[in-house]
Amino acid sequence: MSENHRQTYKEEAAELLTELESSLLELEETPDNMEVVGRVFRAMHTIKGSGAMFGFDDIAAFTHEVETVFDLVRNGKLLVSKELVDLTLRARDYIRELLDASDSSLKADPAVGQEIIAGLKRLVPAAASTVAPASPKAPAAGGGDARDTEATYRIRFKPSPELFVTGTNPLPLLNELRDLGKCHVIAHTDTIPMLGEIDPEVCFTFWDIILTTNKGVNAIRDVFIFVEDSAELKIDLIDESWGAGAASEYKRLGDILIERGDVRPEDIERVLGKQKRLGELLVDEGVAAQSLISSALAEQRHVKEVREKRQTVESAASVRVPSERLDSLVNLVGELVTVQARLSQTSARRNDAELVSIAEEVERLTSELRDKTMGIRMLQIGTSFSKFKRLVRDLSKELGKEIELTTSGAETELDKTVIDKLNDPLVHLIRNCIDHGIELPEEREGAGKPRAGNVHLSAMHSGAHVLIDIADDGRGLDAGAIRAKGIEKGLIAPDATLSEKELFSLILAPGFSTAKTVTNVSGRGVGMDVVKRTLDELRGAIEISSWKGQGSTISLKLPLTLAIIEGLLVRIRDDFFVLPLSAVEECVELTARDSGMAQGRNIANVRGQIVPYIRLREQFTIDGTAPEIEQIVIVRVDGNRVGFVVDSVIGEHQTVIKNLGRAFRQVEGISGATILGDGTVALILDTAHLVNAATMQEKELI
Amino acid sequence: MSVTGIVETTQYLTFKLGDEVFAVDISKVREVLDFTSVTKVPRTPDFMRGVINLRGSVVPVVDMRLKFGMSQTEKTVNTCIIIVEVTLENETTVLGALADSVQEVIDLEPEQIEPAPRIGTRLRTEFIRGMGKKDDHFIIILDIDRIFSSEELAMVQDAKESTP
Repeated sequence: MSENHRQTYKEEAAELLTELESSLLELEETPDNMEVVGRVFRAMHTIKGSGAMFGFDDIAAFTHEVETVFDLVRNGKLLVSKELVDLTLRARDYIRELLDASDSSLKADPAVGQEIIAGLKRLVPAAASTVAPASPKAPAAGGGDARDTEATYRIRFKPSPELFVTGTNPLPLLNELRDLGKCHVIAHTDTIPMLGEIDPEVCFTFWDIILTTNKGVNAIRDVFIFVEDSAELKIDLIDESWGAGAASEYKRLGDILIERGDVRPEDIERVLGKQKRLGELLVDEGVAAQSLISSALAEQRHVKEVREKRQTVESAASVRVPSERLDSLVNLVGELVTVQARLSQTSARRNDAELVSIAEEVERLTSELRDKTMGIRMLQIGTSFSKFKRLVRDLSKELGKEIELTTSGAETELDKTVIDKLNDPLVHLIRNCIDHGIELPEEREGAGKPRAGNVHLSAMHSGAHVLIDIADDGRGLDAGAIRAKGIEKGLIAPDATLSEKELFSLILAPGFSTAKTVTNVSGRGVGMDVVKRTLDELRGAIEISSWKGQGSTISLKLPLTLAIIEGLLVRIRDDFFVLPLSAVEECVELTARDSGMAQGRNIANVRGQIVPYIRLREQFTIDGTAPEIEQIVIVRVDGNRVGFVVDSVIGEHQTVIKNLGRAFRQVEGISGATILGDGTVALILDTAHLVNAATMQEKELI
Repeated sequence: MSVTGIVETTQYLTFKLGDEVFAVDISKVREVLDFTSVTKVPRTPDFMRGVINLRGSVVPVVDMRLKFGMSQTEKTVNTCIIIVEVTLENETTVLGALADSVQEVIDLEPEQIEPAPRIGTRLRTEFIRGMGKKDDHFIIILDIDRIFSSEELAMVQDAKESTP
């Protein structure tokens, strides 16, 4: 078996395991939901079946045991209990281990598997415990049998009475048809006379065959090629895989008979007036022979089955694409956006109406293409939310707390790379909520709160950003303790006056922890500073609010995508820079007279508000003198308004972010580069870094 | 010849910085461009001239004259950017090297190349793979991977501290 197939199986199995996990958690809440039981069963079944196909025999054997138990649940012989869900979750983890073990030196402990199976067997009532031995070679359900164009045909094969005279035996023909696909053969024997009158050399029988095949109608004709002249052959296409096959409901019996010309519509109408089953009625009335009816019924059943099966296959129809391919697609689109900007600029200059209209067309298409491409990379954040459900469940148990995780906005879409990178910070933040935030049940009752704590995870769109809130109703942050710790660590001066927000943001500093005891949960090496760093990498922001005794909320603000940002293009002498537009609040003028009045201090008075500013010309040591009127671009950095002084503001610019590469790794204050419409390169400013650098410089000066 | 590690006949691209002729292994060279506008990246050493747009990618450009302690490259009709592929920490990176002019592609036999003398070149010896001879001229064959090694580029840090 090629490694490629094994890899595909692993990916598929990993997905199924995730689905299994969320189904199980759902089952825990609604134990009698048979639909969910079915989902669990199907996931297990597919893991088992394809596992056996690709040589993962240990997985197949183990999963079979679990599946057997769920078969009992599905048949109503076993009730869903908390123990069952617990064990199955552990089984799921064990399958995951087996899966991981197959390509690393790590070996899953078979004792764990034995223990789980033993546990499961204990749950099974004695009467039902006669489980079949493991059959790892069971075929996969669903997967693999989706042929491209499967169609169902109705074949009426009515040989002439002289068929036998030519030496033809019809039975091998029918067998040949069976080889083509799923096949139902119905023989019509009504015309066979009584034994005494039979002429053994005359064929009295004819057949109806319902066949589902992907071989096409010609293959069927080929089967009958030698009897075509001595038989009546009618082949009708009755169902196609691309047809209106969405509903599993096929034509009703009456319709089939009418379509075949076996019964007249008037007869059906008349017969339907009586309240008996249509088939029986038709026979009773003598309009159709019993065999014709059963033939039609068989057709109905056959098509129904085929359609049902097809539906399960189609519902899983998606294309699996390696993410590198998507990345390169995004890169190409990025370049296209750049070229398009150039085209628009050139066409505007040329003043050629025809060219302008082409450029506009290209612009429209490009922006649509860009949105679509970005859309492909978008994933619903809900996939990672379900992971946290498990985390909360296990962790609260471990700590003896009662915690419920509620989520909203699971359908919010975010770039895949952002979601991937967000996983660790979110895990850490949720752990913090559970470990530090939510109190023990007794303590909560004492404080007049419900025993069970709540952690709420929510996501929502806000312009080009996604806001993710992690809120708990625990004890909240202890401002006093944070302050004491901050002074102890030398992060703040003992007499410093800090706003609550500034105080809370201290917990993001490296090595900061107010937890008095280090538990199993905290102290795993992912500190709040890592959360902060990851968010910086993602060009996101973090905000902490807390109410003593009532809980705290941590809000994350993230860009929708990492590849393209809306930027504000500014100029200093001949150099162009881009500021992320999302952070820009306003632009104001700075005249030489204003800056003179501030007596060398870099502070502007904006409508009575004090706004400190940074002269980028000085920061970047760009030669030349500033113009008479400069512009201050006011940007929100970590909750504060800071101005950046530039020569002039050009305007909005859609920025495709290019990495500066390894050569400029250490450059601070620049987060990347972008290519302008005329082909020159503009640098993207990292406002947070610039503010930090300026703060450090000032400290040194004083 | 084992000193230089050059054992096969190899083609070299020669270029001039001032009046001196230098050479780089042709397999390292991707293309040669005219000198276009370079965007300076703030707070980087002077020899990092900045970045250019190479068909949609952003490529850093190093001023070879400044790197070798000469005066800054002035723009003339002959000035060009040699786009080279260097291996930085086991990753291939594309860089531009600014040169006064590009000369020709030459073949050099291993016996035409001698190890660089320890003194007298006014260059750091580790930058030089060897000295080639052609028509009584010396050609300094550069080790481009060394020149653009991460330690060399990390001088960015030092340069920042020297800014006022």
